[in-house]
Amino acid sequence: MDEIGAGFVRAMELILTLDPAVVEITVRSLLIAVASTAIATTIAVPAGGLLHFHNFWGKRAIINIIQTLYSLPTVTVGLLVFLLLSRSGPLGGFGLLFTPGGMVVGQTILIVPIMTGLTIAALSGITDQVRDSAISLGASKRQAIFTIMVEARAAMMAAVLLGFGRALSEVGVAMMIGGNIQGYTRVLTTAIALETSRGDIEFSMALGIILVSISLIVNLLVNRVQGRWWT
Amino acid sequence: MIEARGVRAIRGGREVLKGVSLEAKAGEALAIIGPTGSGKTTLLRILNLLDPLQGGKLLFDGADVSAGERARFLARRRMAMVFQKPSLFNTTVEKNVSYGLRVRGVSGTEIAGKVAGALREVGLAGYENRRPSSLSGGEAQRVALARALVTEPDLLLLDEATANLDPRTAEAIEDLISRVRDGGITVVMATHDLDQARELADRVAVLMGGEVAGMGTVEEIFDRPGSEEVARFVRRRQRPLHG
Ligand SMILES: Nc1ncnc2c1ncn2[C@@H]1O[C@H](COP(=O)(O)OP(=O)(O)O)[C@@H](O)[C@H]1O
Ligand SMILES: [Mg+2]
Repeated sequence: MDEIGAGFVRAMELILTLDPAVVEITVRSLLIAVASTAIATTIAVPAGGLLHFHNFWGKRAIINIIQTLYSLPTVTVGLLVFLLLSRSGPLGGFGLLFTPGGMVVGQTILIVPIMTGLTIAALSGITDQVRDSAISLGASKRQAIFTIMVEARAAMMAAVLLGFGRALSEVGVAMMIGGNIQGYTRVLTTAIALETSRGDIEFSMALGIILVSISLIVNLLVNRVQGRWWT
Repeated sequence: MIEARGVRAIRGGREVLKGVSLEAKAGEALAIIGPTGSGKTTLLRILNLLDPLQGGKLLFDGADVSAGERARFLARRRMAMVFQKPSLFNTTVEKNVSYGLRVRGVSGTEIAGKVAGALREVGLAGYENRRPSSLSGGEAQRVALARALVTEPDLLLLDEATANLDPRTAEAIEDLISRVRDGGITVVMATHDLDQARELADRVAVLMGGEVAGMGTVEEIFDRPGSEEVARFVRRRQRPLHG
């Protein structure tokens, strides 16, 4: 118990004194997760919109598959992306394996399904009356779709934030694609996994506290956007 | 202005409009009355070109707008509808009222003046920055009316515009509608409130079970109903005289 208490104090010290290793790993984690989320947003929002606004054969099946992918274990996504990026894989030529770029690709693949699903849910939450009002007031089909997306902005923002949260906290892709290379691909989750097993508990705890804090802030933001714009 | 010829509508597997023919001439106010479920809303939505029809024809200014997305879109831009529930967008009153102008590409400088004018017209001057959640039912319905009127429609469609309001608020909205009518806009209003039809309409169409059971001037329908069915409806459903 004493050990844990002392470790916690040391961990807080590392954070408050802005220990260079802690800062570096945190910043890298954030950058990679932000990049993944940004790319995933440009895929998930249009994809969710297409699936929501158009009716076609097999639509229900696609949505079911997307929902199944929500809970895909991150290591299986890691394995899939590893095979894609490995030297003999279809994207092997880009040399992305064990690079931050490769991690971004992997995390993007990981969070696109949930962000697409949540985008569809956000759009489904808008009543037909919004569409009717828009069309009745002279909107073209395209303008009406835009209006519905604007009405769903809070829930869509929540979808983006939740995607970011999943990217930041996942460990499977980061470990398998990034490889936890110090000063290059080491991020919060992989560093915690590694340093803990190597015995540097204080350093792990510092990173753990930061990870939990960021997750907490993301959740607060999710609640805030939904509370402020959505009621 | 707008004419329905033998319009049929099938909803949920049931024929809810069984060949409806009626016309609203330019500048007149036509009331569509009838019991709940008689098809008033369905008809109004078809007149607003929101829903497809399953038979018959729709003429707007003499041109067939039954099919053809482009023609329907252009005709729709010359009319505006106020729904039974105001269903405002979740943004400011200003953004709600300016919506029809913005989708038509009206310039920003023009918009501000028109929005202020429309809000003044409905008695809500200065409400620009309010949000729908802070409005009473009557205020929300007035914003819905302002948002329709600001586009200067040739045809205004009203679906039970006062149905969910208390009598005093309803009266204020009725005054507003009567001023709109006097301004020369063609008005088609669905209502199950016979007094309202009597007060605001030039002509009345009685819809029963998806069919036009009677059609004529206010006097014809209320004083000399042509059929027993219509007579029973207009007599039974009148409000008792006020004090
Ligand atoms: N989308 C729909 N699906 C199934 N039934 C519908 C639909 N729209 C209208 N109806 C039915 O059509 C009939 C006419 O409805 P409506 O036009 O709303 O009547 P009114 O406005 O005169 O009360 C009702 O019996 C209603 O239940
Ligand atoms: Mg109705």
